[in-house]
Parts: sequence; C-alpha cells; structure tokens
Amino acid sequence: MQLDSRTPHGPIEKLWDQARFEMKLVNPANKRKHTIIVVGSGLAGASAASTLGGLGYNVKCFCFQDSPRRAHSIAAQGGINAAKNYHGDGDSVFRLFYDTVKGGDFRSREANVYRLAQISVNIIDQCVAQGVPFAREYGGTLANRSFGGAQVSRTFYARGQTGQQLLLGAYQALEEQVNAGRVQMFPRTEMLDLVVIDGKARGIVTRNLVTGKVESHVAEAVVLGTGGYGNVYYLSTNAKGSNCTAIWRAHKHGAAFGNPCFTQIHPTCIPVSGHYQSKLTLMSESLRNDGRIWVPKKQWDKRPPNQIPENERDYYLERRYPSFGNLVPRDVASRNAKAVCDEGRGVGETGLGVYLDFSDAIQQFGIDVIRERYGNLFEMYQRITDEDPYQVPMRIYPAIHYTMGGLWVDYYLMTTIPGLFAIGEANFSDHGANRLGASALMQGLSDGYFILPYTVGDYIAKHKFEPVDASHAEIARAEAEVAERVQRLLSIKGQHTVDSFHRRLGKIMWDDCGMSRTARGLESAIEQIRELREQYWKDVNVAGSADDLNQSLEKAGRVADFFELAELICIDAMHRNESCGGHFREEYQTPDGEAQRNDEEFSYVAAWEYAGADQPPVLHREPLAFEYVHPSARSYK
Amino acid sequence: MVRYEANDVNPDMSTLEVLDVLNEELIVKGEEPIAFEHDCREGICGACGFMINGVAHGPLPATTVCQLTMRHFKDGDELYLEPWRAKAFPLIKDLIVDRSAFDRIIAAGGYITIPPGSAPDGNVMPIPKELADRAMDAAACIGCGACVAACPNASASLFTGAKIAHLGLMPQGQPERHHRALAMVRQFNAENFGTCTNIGECEAVCPKEIKLEVIARMNRDYLAGSWSRRAR
Repeated sequence: MQLDSRTPHGPIEKLWDQARFEMKLVNPANKRKHTIIVVGSGLAGASAASTLGGLGYNVKCFCFQDSPRRAHSIAAQGGINAAKNYHGDGDSVFRLFYDTVKGGDFRSREANVYRLAQISVNIIDQCVAQGVPFAREYGGTLANRSFGGAQVSRTFYARGQTGQQLLLGAYQALEEQVNAGRVQMFPRTEMLDLVVIDGKARGIVTRNLVTGKVESHVAEAVVLGTGGYGNVYYLSTNAKGSNCTAIWRAHKHGAAFGNPCFTQIHPTCIPVSGHYQSKLTLMSESLRNDGRIWVPKKQWDKRPPNQIPENERDYYLERRYPSFGNLVPRDVASRNAKAVCDEGRGVGETGLGVYLDFSDAIQQFGIDVIRERYGNLFEMYQRITDEDPYQVPMRIYPAIHYTMGGLWVDYYLMTTIPGLFAIGEANFSDHGANRLGASALMQGLSDGYFILPYTVGDYIAKHKFEPVDASHAEIARAEAEVAERVQRLLSIKGQHTVDSFHRRLGKIMWDDCGMSRTARGLESAIEQIRELREQYWKDVNVAGSADDLNQSLEKAGRVADFFELAELICIDAMHRNESCGGHFREEYQTPDGEAQRNDEEFSYVAAWEYAGADQPPVLHREPLAFEYVHPSARSYK
Repeated sequence: MVRYEANDVNPDMSTLEVLDVLNEELIVKGEEPIAFEHDCREGICGACGFMINGVAHGPLPATTVCQLTMRHFKDGDELYLEPWRAKAFPLIKDLIVDRSAFDRIIAAGGYITIPPGSAPDGNVMPIPKELADRAMDAAACIGCGACVAACPNASASLFTGAKIAHLGLMPQGQPERHHRALAMVRQFNAENFGTCTNIGECEAVCPKEIKLEVIARMNRDYLAGSWSRRAR
C-alpha cells in the first residue's frame, strides 16, 4: 500500500487554487452519464449530494434513518467557525489555520488545514444565502462568539441549534435536487458492503431496513459521509444509530484507517444517571464562554454548591491556565476534570462531575441575556436532570463525542481505494489529534460543498469505467456475503442481547482506552475485546427475522463491526508512545501532568492496512512536515 | 393493544429507556421487541414520537418522548402508547410510521435556490435581529409529525407553515416566496393531509413550541401567490 497524499507543491495559500485549476473537468453534457453514490446525509453527505446533483451528475444518496434530516449533524449545538474577522479582533485565514494545527497538536496535514480555513469564509456565505437563521447583532450583521482553543471570536451560531440549522440548509438543497430528479434518495437503506471491481470502488451493497431486501447499486465513484465511530464506547454523545459499518467495510476492502486512537472526549456533558443510560447528552462548549468551571477545594465535600463559599471553590482551569482559563481545548479540559474527580473532589451522587456555574454571568449580564444565549440548552439540561441551571450550577462530566480518526484520505479526499472518497467526520484529516470546537460543522460543509465536487469530477474525468451491471460476479459475491452474515447473526440465538454485549464493549473501551491510556491497560483491553467478540458470535441473541423491520438485527451488524474497530483503536493507541491531543498515555507526560509529544518519532499519520481476519494490521506512516506552524509545546497557560 | 409491565423503573429514565429495558427482557424471553423510531435521544432529530395516553409526545409541554422522564408519572400508572395516526403517515410497524410525506413537502419548495460558490458575503444584507429571531423560532421545527398526529384533521399546516415562515421572513427567501407557498401547499394537499380549521392542537403539542402564526403566514403567502399569478 502506498500512501501518497498528492499534496500540491508551492506556497500554501495558493495550493488549493492551483489544484482547482489543474484538476480535470467533466464536460457539462457528460455529467449526467456518471452516477455517484453518497452514503450518509449529514452535513458532509447532504452538501456533497446536493452540490453534485446541482452540477448535473446522477446522484444516489443513502441514509439508514427515515429521512435525510435525521443525520446526527443535527445535534451539534454551539456553532461553526469561519475566519471572517468581522469583529476586527485579529482573526484571519492564517490564524484559523494556525489555531487548528496547534489545537490538533501537530498531527494533521498543513495543506488540508489551510484549505479548510480558506474555505470557511465561503461556507458562512453559502449558509446565509440558504436562509440559515444565524444570530444577528442589533445592526443586522452576523453575531459571533468564542470557542475553546481560540482567543478570537469567530464562531457563528443559530441559538443552541447551529447543527440543525446548517443541516436543514443542506437537507433543503438536497430535497431541491430530489425534486429536480437529479438526486435519488434512499432513506431507511443501510450500506452493508462496498463493491470493488478491478481495484476501483464501483458501488455498494445495501439492505432495505423495512423489507430486508439486499441489493446493489453501481456507480463510478462512492462517497462515504457516514460520521464518526464514537459509539464503539456505547455511551457517547452520538445518536443511537451512529455506527462505523460503512467505513469499516471499506477498510476491509483496502481503505487505510488513519489514526483510529484519536478519539475526542468532550468536557461538558450531562453525567451518567443510571445503568439503563442509553447515551450521553452534550452541553455545548459555547457554555464555557460564560460558565465558570469549579469543584470544591476539599475532598468528599458533599455540601450543596450554593453553600460552598467562594474561597472554598477551586476554579481549576482558571488557576492552571491563566490565558485561556475556561476556554482551554477539549482534551485539556477533559483531563483536568477527570484528575479532580480522581482526587475525590468530584460533585453529584456518583462523584463523577464538576460544576459549570453561571451565577457570575447572570449577575454580570442579567438573566435575560443569559437566557437568550443559552435558553434552549438550559431547558434541555433541566428536562433531563430536573435541576435549574439559573439557580444551581450545572453538573457536567466528560464523554466521548467525536472521532478525529477515520479513513485515510489524500488532498483530494480520496481513500487508498481509487474511486472511494470519505468526507466529514468519516475521514481522518483536518483535526489532527484534537478537534477544536465549532470546526466539525466547518469541515463537513467544506468537504461537501467546496472540495469534493471538484475532486470527484477530476477522478471521473481521468478514468475510463467498464460498464458493470447486477450480474457481475463481484456484485453477486458481495450480496451473498451480506445475506449470509445477516442469517448467521439471526441463527445464533444465544443468551444475551446485542445491547448487553455493546455495553460491555463500551466499558472496556472507556476504562482502558478512554481519557487516559497505558500500555498495560491497552494490552488487557485487546485481550478482553477478543474474548468478548468470540463470545458474541456464539452467544448473541438477535430477535426476529431478516425480512422485515428488525432493529435488533440492525444493531447486531453494527456492534459486530464495532468489536473489530475497537481492537484496531487499542492497537493504534498502544503503538503511539507519546501523548498528543485526545490520546493521553500516562507513561508520556510532563512533570505537571500535561501531554508530552514525541515529534521526533511520531510526527506522522498512522494509516493502518487490514491484513485479513485475525491477522495483525499493517502500519503505514505518512510523515508530517510543518513548514508554517512550528511545533511547539502546546501551552494554554 | 398489547399490555406490558415495566418493573423497577427509575424516575430518571426517559420513556425510550423504559422501552429499551423492556425490549431487552422481551428479546431474552424470545418475544418480539417493540419497534419504535429514535436516534439522537436529545429532542433535536425529530425521529422519535408517539402518543402517550392520547397526547403526542406525552404530558409535558415542549418535550419529545426521548426527553420525557418517568418523574412525571406515578408508580402503577398505565401508559397507552400509539403511533402517529394520519392517512398521510402509513403505519410501518408498531410505533413506526412513514413520514416521507414531510420530505416531499420540503422538496416541493422548502428551500432557497443557491448553487454553492455563488453567494455574496454574509454581511452584505443586514437582517434585523428581531427578524432573524422570528425566523429562528420558525426554523426550530424538527419535523417529528406531532402536529399532524394531534390535529383532528391530520393537517400538516404547522409543519408546512413553519418552513414557509422561516424562509419567507428572511430577505434571502423573498425571490421564491410566493412560489414556495403555492408549491408546498399543493404538495401537502396531494399527500392527503387535512386542512386547517384553526383548532390549535398542533401548537399545544409541538415540542419546539412553533406558534400558530406560522399558519397565518402560510395562508397569506399562499393567497398572495394565487392572486399574483406570476408565481410558477
């Protein structure tokens, strides 16, 4: 396997313009002769499918939910970054690029990140033009707020529902193309395998989630916008349906998986309340703009928060990081929360929680201003916990939220399988070892609206495609394999449900491959995962049959894939003997407990190649060179 | 109606978590679990939704079933769960219905036509804060269908009105404003939703608190579009 990022050469600010000129174009009259499959209808998938349809390609878009508008991008709360510098506070494309590379702890490809920062300004324009109701200042211009890891105010938002509004913009554009007959939408249809013919991605095998029918779809290019794999931990802020199946199947066909162990833990989520907990609810990072994070100075202090006087409160982020305070990046905030809870100073019944306190902000700005900024988030919190954040501090605890890792892609967003592209959270690229807040929305739309439509066209223009139809041997084989696996899962009829296995897998991952990792813990995790996986295939009980709507069966296939990915994540974490971003190895830390990177030995992207069932994966390294942002110790003090 | 008993229910559990636990028991017993639609479990994706004792999304205002905790019920309570009932939402299985009619209404006109790359700078058109806020209020619709389920006419007016209001309030939405209303209402009629007779059940159950005034805007834009006859 050869890793060639195909990054153009030259001054970084000209690379993308240069690339766009050099890419080949498909004649407008010919576009409709080409079929492109887009799997996933979130920000990346919907923006890609609608743009490709608008350009004239024949597009087929797939999602497993009942409607493309359910994609989990919808839940993103806080905002989207762009280097507009509307506030004149020092922002610029270069600064956004710099902040993102640094925030990613120097483990991303500079050229990709620069392009992302460059395109960010176009994204805002596109969304405004689509009617996204961004917050406005009194003068009518777009409002901004600050987010973690940045000292400028560059985040655009729509109340606490930015993800929803951006997704609706893309979804509406997608439906416009459906109406025009250029995009065929297949909801309630799950991709269960990739079809590779003559070394090129030529289609997918799907299962209709209502009828159970397995069928194939052929195309000249396949695009995966299938989101992240946080649900490998069972409890995460992802939707229940979020899964890794599409990218995992692609990986097994030869798509290298980049940096799987770079998983992000978000510092401000509502703590777990019981064993039946089905997922963790995110409280937007934007709350850290105005909330102050603290725990009692004393251990095991169970007094209600309003009875703990100021001088007995430890505002630990403000204390340890004077210049960024409560707005340190997510990995720093999460590790600090874990550290104070491990010391016995955590709050709430379980002791796994810290306070996010708005009393000072309410006093300073007045309750109406706070309600306007965060109203719906406060309501959401109150509904779930029955506590009123206007009266008592919020309790929060870190939870798995995002995955920086994903399918390896080159500068053109193509994986190591020609014709297979990966966009949005599904790919590994721009965020390095830690994603800054408000940049996921930015990346999904950047990939879908402004990069992929060019790069897919370039790929199609440069290749000849043999016609493939349903009778092709590879298609028949892939369909049979999918059908066989479905039957196998149904036939086991063991003693334990899919969810019970999923929970156990999640616990192993959280305990030994979560916020803090050790070589010994990871080795143990790998062993436990292998054992549990074997048990799964002997003992899982999947209800119902294959020929109708069967949610137990849907989950079963996804969890089977999570087992395999979990092992790869641990293997990757074990091999990377350094701490960077979201990957913290206890053996590699500075005397004051900060992550210690090893740039000499680990300044590369770990791209893993699947080598067969029960074979160790093969590591390929893409070396990373930093010419514009010089790697430094990532300090937010 | 099938009767199930849920034991050891913790008051902090959501209705869906109660169903999860119940389903686990059913699977282990070899029975078919209850099929229900859900995804985000935080009240924003709009996937979940069913009637609880005759009220769409249950007794708490501005709350979806995934956000409704058992704190609002008492030990021994009986909960009657039914899917959304509407001709335009054919039943698929148990509590799951087909809401693709909503997607078709959006496809008919619930968008602003703007190919990527052609947009002017975001600040070129200042939008008064009050207008942006009102558009945001209408844009908050999650497409869950509670409005249709609650309405005795099974009308999709609140849903359709919300999108028409969101886009029609903003300057960007003006060029297509009349066409949008005509096309979306036409589609809504083609889907066999009922018409609006100003009952107001929809607003009462809407988890995002969309206001009836969006229906007034829809009617106004539709009327204006019909009269102008210049709309497509």
